Amino acid sequence: MSAVDNPILTIESLSVKLPKGADRSHALGGVSMAIAANEIVCVVGESGSGKSVMANAIMRLLPGEVAIDGGRVLFEGKDLASASNTEMRRVRGAGIAMIFQEPMTALNPLRTIGDQIGEMFEIHTELSKSEIKARVLALLQDVRIPDPAQAARAYPHELSGGQRQRAMIAMALALDPRLLIADEPTTALDVTTQAQILKLIKELQSRRNTAVLFITHDFGVVAEIADRVVVMQHGKVVEQGAVKDVLTNPQHPYTQQLIAAVPPLTAPPPRALSDDIILDLADVSKTYRNGGFLGRGVRVTHAVKSVSLKLPRGATLGIVGESGSGKSTLARCIIRLIDPDGGSIVLEGKDWAKLTRDEVRRETRHIQMVFQDPFASLNPRRKAGDLVAQGPIVHGTPRVQAVAQAKELFRLVGLDPSAIDRFPHEFSGGQRQRIGLARALALKPDVLVADEAVSALDVSVQAQVLKMLHELRERLGLSIVFITHDLRVAAQICDLVAVMKDGEVVEHGLAGEVFGNPQHAYTKALLASIPGGDFARSRKPITA
Amino acid sequence: MRILSLAGRRLAASIPTLFLILIGVFLLLQFAPGDTVDAMMAQMGGGDAATARELRKFYGLDLSIPMQLGNYLWRLIRLDLGFSSIYGKPVATVILERLPPTILLMTASLSFAFFFGLLFGVIAARGVNKWPDTLISTLGLVFYATPSFWFGLMAIVVFSIYLQWLPAGGFEDIGAVQTGFGRTIDIALHLILPTLTLGLIFLAIYLRIMRASMLEVLNLDFVRTARAKGLDETRVVVRHVLRNALLPMVTLIGLQAGTMLGGSVVVESVFSLPGLGRLAYESVVQRDLNTLLGIVFVSALLVILVNFLVDLLYARLDPRIQAEA
Repeated sequence: MSAVDNPILTIESLSVKLPKGADRSHALGGVSMAIAANEIVCVVGESGSGKSVMANAIMRLLPGEVAIDGGRVLFEGKDLASASNTEMRRVRGAGIAMIFQEPMTALNPLRTIGDQIGEMFEIHTELSKSEIKARVLALLQDVRIPDPAQAARAYPHELSGGQRQRAMIAMALALDPRLLIADEPTTALDVTTQAQILKLIKELQSRRNTAVLFITHDFGVVAEIADRVVVMQHGKVVEQGAVKDVLTNPQHPYTQQLIAAVPPLTAPPPRALSDDIILDLADVSKTYRNGGFLGRGVRVTHAVKSVSLKLPRGATLGIVGESGSGKSTLARCIIRLIDPDGGSIVLEGKDWAKLTRDEVRRETRHIQMVFQDPFASLNPRRKAGDLVAQGPIVHGTPRVQAVAQAKELFRLVGLDPSAIDRFPHEFSGGQRQRIGLARALALKPDVLVADEAVSALDVSVQAQVLKMLHELRERLGLSIVFITHDLRVAAQICDLVAVMKDGEVVEHGLAGEVFGNPQHAYTKALLASIPGGDFARSRKPITA
Repeated sequence: MRILSLAGRRLAASIPTLFLILIGVFLLLQFAPGDTVDAMMAQMGGGDAATARELRKFYGLDLSIPMQLGNYLWRLIRLDLGFSSIYGKPVATVILERLPPTILLMTASLSFAFFFGLLFGVIAARGVNKWPDTLISTLGLVFYATPSFWFGLMAIVVFSIYLQWLPAGGFEDIGAVQTGFGRTIDIALHLILPTLTLGLIFLAIYLRIMRASMLEVLNLDFVRTARAKGLDETRVVVRHVLRNALLPMVTLIGLQAGTMLGGSVVVESVFSLPGLGRLAYESVVQRDLNTLLGIVFVSALLVILVNFLVDLLYARLDPRIQAEA
């Protein structure tokens, strides 16, 4: 493997065994790599590639049944794979520190931030209470949390996602570790927050000369932050090298395939749009009220503030925004899963905002939704075919015919028709999202509302599903409302884009114009925050 | 401040509950055949209808049921529990005399069950599916499946009759008049067996809940964070897992306070303790409506008080509980 000068951490043909009955015998099979001081190495791979297992194996934090069964992990001349538990505890936190994907669950909800950061000093040093307190404040200042003194007293739920991740980073860097392992630290964050956290990690790393092992699935992040890249597939390293070489001139077919699947930021050439407006939203509003007793102390959240949008027949309207922007509330209003407070939602001449519950149930076959989480949105106790056939049966199609249709739909979305007798857990994530799509299409809707429909999928699977949506749109003449937080995905599939912030549409127009020549400051900020933006813009759009 | 406002709202919410319980019990008892006067007449060896009528008038039993209920509630608001015709004393006095043994018994059993349930739950979860876990879980199942009166009787047979270590029943030794420390020891000795008897079932429940809750929390992300910080296993459990795992246990205490009062009827009978449970049983048999309602009132107050304390404790343990939520 490529030689690294003065490595801090060297992994030599490390292999990790999985328990019996897993889909493969080894999570890692002979992985070798090294990290030098003061460099950021990104480990890239899709889910199941073993990248997180590697991070946990270095720290010896593998779950009970999973164990290292070969190879060495050399850190400062010591082999961590065979170190005793006591030695290992001295390395954890002080020598190698770790940050995790989900900053909400990675912090103890019942203890204050300051207490949890201070614990690092309590275990590894002899500092007094007041010294620890001062150090914690300095650390929180270092990661630029607004009002560090208050943040130290706060509980995790009182901070925002970005602030929590900053606190995690402060905790990890407390003892100036030689190596920082970051396991997808920005995946759960909004794009603008992600950009800030990436900048912070890079800046702290260069100031403190920490080596960073950064695990991610996102080549945009790689382009943004990495010095070197290690590409993993099925528990093996398939390619590693300097970031420039790997991104511009990938050698291994898997790397080429992964990079090709990264959605570029340039929109495909605009299509001719129909003048016939199929869905017309005018002044749709939704306000949540909670708390309060007899009208006192009510908290009012304006989730959607008088949104007006038009969807031409056969077009795709992208609604993009960060979490809390009201895009999902808007989607739920459109299909009347929740009732809007005001405005009109006119679909084929009928105002959905004013239909009664019964009418909505009857009309619902005209508009269908695909949900984000392909794991949670399918009933695990029912067969895939039943889930797809259920809709038509409820709307009066005879059972035999509905099942035949389900088979046909399975073929349409690229699944084996004989798979209708299998249960959801027997499918992979991408296949499940196809089932979700087949379920929505079973009622032959005119409008499909896709709420973050590809966000939970790996990038290569995401590309496949997007391509399929492209094809289905052409073949079935579907009109799609596509909700996403990922501007790169929106750029790929949408004809029209609306950018939402705090419940309002701040900018909308043709995708090419919004992305190519953004007018609103927020749109500009969003576009600037996309990790590896230059890399994404340099690439040609792939059209189906 | 957060906790005070929470406390205030919880207390306000429990007042309607209290009245609903009282009204419900009052009406229910009206359906039972016979009243206090019937029971008194039976004790006196019978009497003529005129005496019965006079007695009924004296105790206000000749009024319509809504009037009786209204009278009762009005007296309750003035904290007057009425007069027990069977005991010949005000109900409040009767209940106050019988309250200490029950409260002592409940507190002792609850503490015993909570402490050992917690301890064994942690031990079982630390060695999940190994022999300590199997042993503890099996014992827990045995305790849970065995009726408490049987436990009580067997404990008397073994510890009081065969080994003669502990007294077989009663609240204190009546023969020797003791004061101060000696009396405390005496009462404590008398309460050991009832406490164990009443506590074992609850111990089994707490043990299972604690074990499950520990296992769940041990799998959470922040436990991995704690390990990644370099904490040893003991500190991981004590500082990060325990408090999180305690939350369901604390909820359970509130839910089971009522069950425990019910269980104390049996245990007080087996060990002939002069407590609230036995008083309740006797007043049902003797149709002593005033005393019975008084007991219901006091028990409901006790349960509400325990739940109130549990709510406060929970809010103290979990900063995520918002005063306004």
